[in-house]
Amino acid sequence: MSTETNTPAQAPADGSPDRSIVLEAHNLRKHYAVKRGAFKPLATVKALDGVSFQLQAGCTLAVVGESGCGKSTLARSVTMIEPPTSGQLHYDGRDVVGRSAAEMKELRRTVQMVFQNPYGSLNPRKTVGSILTEPLVINTDMGKDERRARAVAMMGKVGLRPDQIDRYPHMFSGGQRQRIAIARALMLNPRVVVADEPVSALDVSIQAQVLNLMMDLQEELNLAYLFISHDLSVVRHIADALMVMYLGKPVEHGDKDVVFNRPRHPYTRILLAATPRVNPHLRVERVVPKGELPSPLNPPPGCSFHKRCPYATERCAAEVPALRPVDDRLVACHYAEQMD
Amino acid sequence: MPLLDIKNLSVEFTTRAGTFRAVDGIDLTVDEGEVVGIVGESGSGKSVTSLAVMGLLGSNGRVVADRMMFGGRDLLTMPPAQRRAITGKDVAMVFQEPMTSLNPCFTVGFQIMETLRVHEGLSGKPLRNRAIALLEQVGIPAPETRLSAFPHQLSGGMNQRVMIAIAIACNPRLLVADEPTTALDVTIQKQILDLLVQLQRERGMALILITHDMGVVAETAQRVVVMYAGQVAETRPVAALFERPRHPYTGALLDALPERALGKRRLPTIPGMVPGIADRPAGCLFSPRCRFADDRCRAERPALYDVDDGRARCFYPLPDGVPAVEGAL
Repeated sequence: MSTETNTPAQAPADGSPDRSIVLEAHNLRKHYAVKRGAFKPLATVKALDGVSFQLQAGCTLAVVGESGCGKSTLARSVTMIEPPTSGQLHYDGRDVVGRSAAEMKELRRTVQMVFQNPYGSLNPRKTVGSILTEPLVINTDMGKDERRARAVAMMGKVGLRPDQIDRYPHMFSGGQRQRIAIARALMLNPRVVVADEPVSALDVSIQAQVLNLMMDLQEELNLAYLFISHDLSVVRHIADALMVMYLGKPVEHGDKDVVFNRPRHPYTRILLAATPRVNPHLRVERVVPKGELPSPLNPPPGCSFHKRCPYATERCAAEVPALRPVDDRLVACHYAEQMD
Repeated sequence: MPLLDIKNLSVEFTTRAGTFRAVDGIDLTVDEGEVVGIVGESGSGKSVTSLAVMGLLGSNGRVVADRMMFGGRDLLTMPPAQRRAITGKDVAMVFQEPMTSLNPCFTVGFQIMETLRVHEGLSGKPLRNRAIALLEQVGIPAPETRLSAFPHQLSGGMNQRVMIAIAIACNPRLLVADEPTTALDVTIQKQILDLLVQLQRERGMALILITHDMGVVAETAQRVVVMYAGQVAETRPVAALFERPRHPYTGALLDALPERALGKRRLPTIPGMVPGIADRPAGCLFSPRCRFADDRCRAERPALYDVDDGRARCFYPLPDGVPAVEGAL
């Protein structure tokens, strides 16, 4: 791949993989004011309520949770589509908040996004070539031929044939479209790719192809992934670290194997137990989740999970548990030590 | 005698591009009280099969079958009025998207009672009481007040419970659930699947569970039908199928699951795509993507052959289940 862009080099010269921290979020919050009716006061939805994490180059952090847990808001904050209400976001040690428009434009190139539905995220009126070259038109002063050459090279990388460059999205299958979406995200040599449910709209065999592609590209380009998913078996396969979220807050956050082998938060345990398994030996004891997901408009007091938690006590209804280190991971539960 | 007995069912759609055979000669039997899972990828014809069973296909769908019997009655020769009396009563269906399959203009109470009014002729107080009892059975809290709720006032999981309440209103002998949990969160999915299985056991009804999720089938069904490009690729008891798949497609599909690849970085994939309307191979429909295909597979179409405890559409069924995985990659 040619190297004339002005982004940082993708790998250090000595060949050992660079594991420096590319993205650091500290206490990110995003609150939305929503109308409830003509004569009612505005309500606040705390879509993201204090999320901190570090993401290293070449590593994958998976964010797991159900509807309304703030996964997509996190993606929008991290990609700088929306500024957070409060908290800090650092890319390569540079703070995002308070930058000028020109600097923001520069910073935004380091993080790109792949969306869930490849049928909706590609403009049906544009050819693959113009979809892939658009980021270059906007962000670089490359000439037309060079842009096209870049697009052709990228298509090869993601497993599309170069002669397909003048085709339209509808001429591709779902898996191929997701390849186009991944290629588009990589056109500006980002260091971080935020993937919001990138394989959940795909069939099993296609899902495997796209996961393999993402892992190959990560290895080759030393990309950091923020991988948002609800599918724990996919996450277990691709992630290095895991953050489980519930109603805008992380409830358990740590190394993948640590969390999967011995979940300490009741919600993580319930998620694991609820994931359908093919192999009967892998099925976990049947903790049946009770109740519905609460509305983010009106979260329960105390621990936000206590109404659905089989182990909840009076303390859980009164006191918000802090995220604290227990047994090599962070967990927000008063009784994390007893979960065995 | 099986409750549902279908032999050589084909469904064709006439499109501008020509006639497309979405379902291609499938056999399907469901016994009284049995849970049958139908799995397959998009476009394998699993939903069209269920719509054909229900008699809900549009006018451009042509249904041909050698035999299509339900509870000893012939669905093919039955007058439309009789067919409608069965649909929704003895055979009921739960659809994928609870938010879009309920009518947003009517309360959930009205929609439950509509079924009971049409099929059982109930009215007044007894009708209302039956509706309340049904909502209670599917686990909706405060059912009396929920009768007057509109679908948009309920969550996706609650709406799916309402759909299930409508489907079981007339004590059907067969319930067809087409991707009943695909649009729902994992914990809610678990609740809905548990509910379906519990109702199936309590009432002894047969259940056809259509899904693309192998895990859901493995945990719920007793017998599994794997579909590929409109045909049955393999049909076996659930444990045997997942332990020792005989059809290479089933084997490849299972290998592609991240759950099975623990420790391995790359997932084995199936090359190529499901054949479309124009590029149907001459031989076995899976042959272009099959690792074991030979000249015979590429020239001749295999029939569904009997294998030890089921059937598989393959000349060379995998001898020992799990084939040698492409571990080298």
